[in-house]
Amino acid sequence: MAKIRRIVLDVLKPRQPNILDLAKALDYQVQVRVDEVDDKTESVMLEIAGDSIDFPAVQTVINDLGGSLHSVDEVEAVGVEELAQSEPQQV
Amino acid sequence: MIKQLLFLLRISRSGFIARRYFVVNGFDGALTLLGLNVGFYVSGESSLSVIISACLGAAVALGVSGVSSAYISEAAEREKELHELEGAMVRDMTDTAHGQASRFAPWLIAVVNGLAPFLIGMVIILPLWLAQWRVALPLAPIEMALLTALMVLFLLGIIIGRIRGTFWLWSGLRTLLIALLTAALIYLLNPT
Repeated sequence: MAKIRRIVLDVLKPRQPNILDLAKALDYQVQVRVDEVDDKTESVMLEIAGDSIDFPAVQTVINDLGGSLHSVDEVEAVGVEELAQSEPQQV
Repeated sequence: MIKQLLFLLRISRSGFIARRYFVVNGFDGALTLLGLNVGFYVSGESSLSVIISACLGAAVALGVSGVSSAYISEAAEREKELHELEGAMVRDMTDTAHGQASRFAPWLIAVVNGLAPFLIGMVIILPLWLAQWRVALPLAPIEMALLTALMVLFLLGIIIGRIRGTFWLWSGLRTLLIALLTAALIYLLNPT
């Protein structure tokens, strides 16, 4: 099964907790960009990178913090075979 | 657990609200107990058990009133806020941090609102209890209770000053002046 290395998500979230809290709650390398700010909510573009991203766990974190996942805009995945080939061979 | 509670406090802004409730209701409690003691002092009531019972009754009533009134009003306010947020997010927020905070915040604020006048009341009653336990006091027990009430009100003034970012002494003296005016009003209106 392929491993997800990077995903870009469009998320609608309440203004509080802020994007720092959201970034800290996700245990990956995260980049968050606020696209639109409303009275009570904000739309953010969330880029998550890691060796193997657990997507359901990411969804749970977003959900627990009151956010809604609008769309998955980009995915970067690596297949197991490709992964094995890219690893250095032992002689 | 504590980290999660602090997080809920922050997103619900309950810390600031609880602090405000503590000062407001604490001030109510201290002024009520001051008023009671001034009343007893002016009327010449000398039975310590009567004074203690009346003050204790007032402190308990203020505490219970503080818990119930704050819980009812805060729970309604939080529920309204959550519904508004649900409207903006177009989703059910019950199982989110916001849902947890809206259930937790009213209890915290209610406890603070109730404990503030109760505990401040206990501090003011303390000299009366000490006298009843035959502990030697530099002044008459009711005078000590009055002095304690004035000191507590001065301290609450200092806390208000620190919250507002103004000079602590000026703020403390202002609440002390309110306390003295209250005492003077009770003295003037007392028929005895």
